[in-house]
Amino acid sequence: MFTDFFYILRKRKVPVSVTEWMTLMTALNSGFIGSLDDFYFLARAILVKSEAFYDHYDVAFQEYFNGIEPPAEISEQIREWLNSSLNRSVLSKDEQALLNGMNFDDLMAELEKRLKEQTEQHDVGDYWIGRGGTSPFGHSGFNAAGIRIGGESGGRRAVQIAGERRFLNYRHDLTLDVRQIKVALKALRQLTRTGPEDELDLDETVEATARNAGEIELMWQRNRKNTVKVLLLMDVGGSMNPFASMCSQLFSAAHASNHFKDFSYYYFHNCIYDYLYQDIERSDAISTDHLLLTLEPDYKLVLVGDARMATSELMHQYGAINYFERNEMPGMVWLKRIAEHFTHHIWLNPEELRFWAHPTVHAISRTFPMFPLTLDGLTQGIRRLMVNR
Amino acid sequence: MNNDGFDKFKGSADYVTSAPLRNAVNVAIALGRPLLVRGEPGTGKTLLAHSIALALNKKLITWNIKSTTKAQEGMYVYDTVQRLNDSRFGSGEVADIKHYIKLGKLGQAFASPEQVVILIDEVDKADIEFPNDLLNELDEMSFYIPETNETVTAIHRPIAIVTSNAEKELPDAFLRRCIFHYIEFPNPELMEEIVRVHYPNIKNNLLREALQTFYSLRGIDDFRKKPSTSELIDWIQALIVGGVPHENISSQIPFMGTLLKKETDNDFFTNTYMTRVGDTFVIRRR
Repeated sequence: MFTDFFYILRKRKVPVSVTEWMTLMTALNSGFIGSLDDFYFLARAILVKSEAFYDHYDVAFQEYFNGIEPPAEISEQIREWLNSSLNRSVLSKDEQALLNGMNFDDLMAELEKRLKEQTEQHDVGDYWIGRGGTSPFGHSGFNAAGIRIGGESGGRRAVQIAGERRFLNYRHDLTLDVRQIKVALKALRQLTRTGPEDELDLDETVEATARNAGEIELMWQRNRKNTVKVLLLMDVGGSMNPFASMCSQLFSAAHASNHFKDFSYYYFHNCIYDYLYQDIERSDAISTDHLLLTLEPDYKLVLVGDARMATSELMHQYGAINYFERNEMPGMVWLKRIAEHFTHHIWLNPEELRFWAHPTVHAISRTFPMFPLTLDGLTQGIRRLMVNR
Repeated sequence: MNNDGFDKFKGSADYVTSAPLRNAVNVAIALGRPLLVRGEPGTGKTLLAHSIALALNKKLITWNIKSTTKAQEGMYVYDTVQRLNDSRFGSGEVADIKHYIKLGKLGQAFASPEQVVILIDEVDKADIEFPNDLLNELDEMSFYIPETNETVTAIHRPIAIVTSNAEKELPDAFLRRCIFHYIEFPNPELMEEIVRVHYPNIKNNLLREALQTFYSLRGIDDFRKKPSTSELIDWIQALIVGGVPHENISSQIPFMGTLLKKETDNDFFTNTYMTRVGDTFVIRRR
């Protein structure tokens, strides 16, 4: 039953397993379903395990069920409206002629067809059917009579509920908020025993007590703590302005994640040269050499920037956009030095993937594995940071 | 729904539910699966379990999860130190290990002679491995105690409600065994109903103004923490107790501190949307 639906769900990237599908079948067999609405919620509760996939589910549901149950209520409304001669008199002569030229059933079929098209193309919400001007239904007439199609009404059909796509904002591949970033950052951990010895080591205690001829000897061991240290370097200003809020979210999430052993951050402008900056106005400088000397190579390095600049800024001596930088060493060499120092490094690019075709983006992504600054990209990047070398 | 073989949850007097949530609860009860509930903070995830227990007249066992909680603790704890101590001083019944096995919350739920509701609250707070460690136990509703060579099996499968704030991703294997429901933020109509449950005598004007202001505040995306249902309930209480005339609510937003709890949000809102008139702040007219 509904096996095609299972495959449509999988095609739409909803991670449904056979176990869950069997559970749904059990539920169906025990007679839970009274209507398609019931089915919509039941199947969602059993098959979809994250609000991030609610929207995928809605899309799949529409694909499979659209057309099985036509929106009869709306047709009823319109049927009534069209059948009333009073309403017909509102129409102009031309429109009446057009209307009379059509068989009533054809008209309804055409209307339903368009209704469906609209559901797919627009948000159902406030759309007035036939607003486009070419509709055979007499758009002004409908407007005047005020028949609203779609929108919130008491008995909404499941397909319509799906059509609303209210969960669009929960999709992981689209949104990124502080909380989600924090979740992703939690994966950055390596547990090692450190700190005071305050955990009872049972095996050792028994062993020691036995050796002590029954006199109790309590043995303690250290707790397991996260030893991951993170260094965050962020591009500010210039072409990064549109992404400022996204970067500040990433920053506040990383800053609030108190599970790192150490978290350091510095700023740069377009590319890294002799100095990095502690202050966002970029007045408090620290030399990059000093940083490479003082930070151990086991810091996980996360660079954030669009990697987009004039080629000279990256490749030329004295190429820095800020004239006073006077860099003897081209930016690319600096980046390479940094990449060689830290064993684990990634570059997060807030720009959409399709804008990555740019010479400097290419050059940098050959040195630093580059990921888009979306939740998926961040998760992949973090996985990369945790790989053993 | 025409399945009559089990106790059906229809909501309780002090907790307003949506139809999809009620369905999810009933499916979970009928299939004997844990119900995983997720949603924004303050949407009543924890209260759901209380409401189910109340409505079905069952005992509620709450297991609050902390970052240090281990799955084992939910089943049983073997108090080794106590036993070692007793053996040294010769007190207690050291020979019988059973005296030192104490059932945890989940163990109590299994061992209970009647069906209970077990709430595993904020499961995502614990270590990543925590839900995985519970997989088998929740699936088969039984666990084995090697120390006593006993198996504790649920006499009646408890109704398990698991809440999560999604601070951590839960493992897939765990998810596959759950029924899932995401509590959406209530729309204004449902919210009105919820507020009326808490304050049955609230004046219409006050409620309307408060809800309107509340939803326009929620429409602002720049807040670190958007106000949620529990904040609204507190705020309305403050408005009622403070005797604020309803026409001042939307223009002055009195007691804003109950809605915006982060200082940065408060400052941001005051600076962006309000202006000082005399010694009060009012919403700037556009």
